[in-house]
Amino acid sequence: MSAVPAMFNPISESNPIYRARRRKNRVLMGVSLAMLIYGLVWLVWILVTLLWESAGALSPTLFTLMTPPPGAKESGGLANPIWGSLLIVSSATAIGTPIGILAGTYLAEFGRGSWLASATRFLNDMLLSTPSIIIGLFIYTVYVAQVRHYSGWAGSFALALIVIPVVVRTTDDMLKLVPNSVREAAIALGCPKWKMVTMVCYRAARAGIMTGVLLAVARISGETAPLVFTALNNQFFSNNMNAPMANLPQVIFQFAMSPFEDWQRLAWGASALITAAVLLLNIVARYILSRSK
Amino acid sequence: MNTATLPNSETRKPVESKTTTIPPAPHARDGSALADTLFTNLTRLAAFVVFSLLAAIFVSLVLGSSKSIMRFGPAFLWTSEWDPVKEQFGALVPIFGTLVTAAIAMVIAVPVSFGIAMFLTELSPKWLKRPLGTAIELLAAIPSIIYGMWGLFVFAPLFSTYVQPLMIKTLGAIPGLGLLFAGAPMGIGMFTAGLILSIMVIPFITAVMRDVFDLVPPMLKESAYGLGGTTWEVMYRVVLPYTKVGVVGGVMLGLGRALGETMAVTFVIGNAYQLSPSLFAPGNSIASALANEFTEARGELHSSALIELGLILFLITSIVLAISKFLLSRLSRDEGARS
Repeated sequence: MSAVPAMFNPISESNPIYRARRRKNRVLMGVSLAMLIYGLVWLVWILVTLLWESAGALSPTLFTLMTPPPGAKESGGLANPIWGSLLIVSSATAIGTPIGILAGTYLAEFGRGSWLASATRFLNDMLLSTPSIIIGLFIYTVYVAQVRHYSGWAGSFALALIVIPVVVRTTDDMLKLVPNSVREAAIALGCPKWKMVTMVCYRAARAGIMTGVLLAVARISGETAPLVFTALNNQFFSNNMNAPMANLPQVIFQFAMSPFEDWQRLAWGASALITAAVLLLNIVARYILSRSK
Repeated sequence: MNTATLPNSETRKPVESKTTTIPPAPHARDGSALADTLFTNLTRLAAFVVFSLLAAIFVSLVLGSSKSIMRFGPAFLWTSEWDPVKEQFGALVPIFGTLVTAAIAMVIAVPVSFGIAMFLTELSPKWLKRPLGTAIELLAAIPSIIYGMWGLFVFAPLFSTYVQPLMIKTLGAIPGLGLLFAGAPMGIGMFTAGLILSIMVIPFITAVMRDVFDLVPPMLKESAYGLGGTTWEVMYRVVLPYTKVGVVGGVMLGLGRALGETMAVTFVIGNAYQLSPSLFAPGNSIASALANEFTEARGELHSSALIELGLILFLITSIVLAISKFLLSRLSRDEGARS
């Protein structure tokens, strides 16, 4: 073997072909690292911009004052859109989560191998990526156009339709991770199926399902498109879910496009609030999931 | 008790069966059977709601756009005029804008995502994998409207002063290809929209690529390394061929996202109903036309035409997403057979 000259040895440094391959590899690995840095630069750039621009907007009055009317001298706050967003997002979660969990339960527990389950799983994955503006358009045609007024409810229905596929997917995935022996043990003890699912499987998959719900909440907190033609906006503080309702994404949309510097500052403040909430929810969700493993 | 069916059963002494004395399962008596039926059917109902949602969306959009469909027919697809005052509507400009911005996004995002996925699966030290992966995933968590606002106020001005003039001078001078990069450096336009879209879809494509790269049996990779392959050769000649179906599925998923992204595009695309070969020219996409005009639509025909735009977008993304889902499910089914 040692009779082979070094330059014909396929993995010797003095073989020019091997050197060229090594060089190509180093270059491409460098490119790969550069791509990662490229991705991270945008993230850091956006977050730093948000911090920087919202520094002037973040003050206690942001949470106590209403949004200012056009041409107002004194600056306003975001009290009404914050409250509106909380109402819309929490009712959307309250509507979407039970449906999502139940449908996910059917997919993972009762519908195994049935056509309904496999078709639903396929369609649910498509629904997960359906543009949110289409969801808004759907709620507009089936609800807003029928009752003839925009409302907070319409907004939360639209957001609930975004919550559902996320929760279905995670519930399905997490219940599938529960070992069958646990189910068999429950059945062997004489447990009816509904008890087995609710008292045994749900408990085993609790962390995962919670993560799914939190991620869904994070996703809808920043959604703007489906609210444009459902919840619209409201300049005043309102508890009436049956009327147009102020919400943070909508305020950002309107105020950012406005010529007033004061309004643009409020839009930055609202952006910072939403991003902070969304990132926090994401991190909490990841933490719960990683702890349960 | 089936001894009775045996031919010589009379001659045998009947065996006292113990099975008859076992009481019925406790839940059959206390109504739990009813609860079981109720619960099972409740979950089935919920699944059916999810199952029928897409069909419901399709039907409602068709009904909502019936006026426009009747009035303009299929010509709606290739007419470029969009005039709410004269009530003339054609979808060519928004369809063009949607496809062009998504194409730009894919051209940028696919190689970047591949690089990131390669780094995370093959190169990254183990302790860095999680934080780096999470950071890339957080790109997807940032709301669309934040990208839009940041793009309009921070990115576009810098882009138009520093990068765009350079691109017009160099790329714009290439004969033929230069047409794509002609025009005034305005900052906003289809290229900016595509670039921002690419950042937004990178995490989706990367996540799928990472998942499918992890499906490659370690033995395959180790054999390739054992034969003296470099990391790139193992990626390109072993991992990529093994996972190509899934990679294409991931790319299609990203494409589906890019086509329907609304708020970010609305801020930076310029919202102009014009067709231009230049990527730096302002344009319009279906989603941003909807976001901008829908609440201010004058007349039923205008809103009907906008809903038809939505229907077109829904059909395009549904086809793309169905292909993506099909490819990804094929990969996970083949996985067992091939390894």
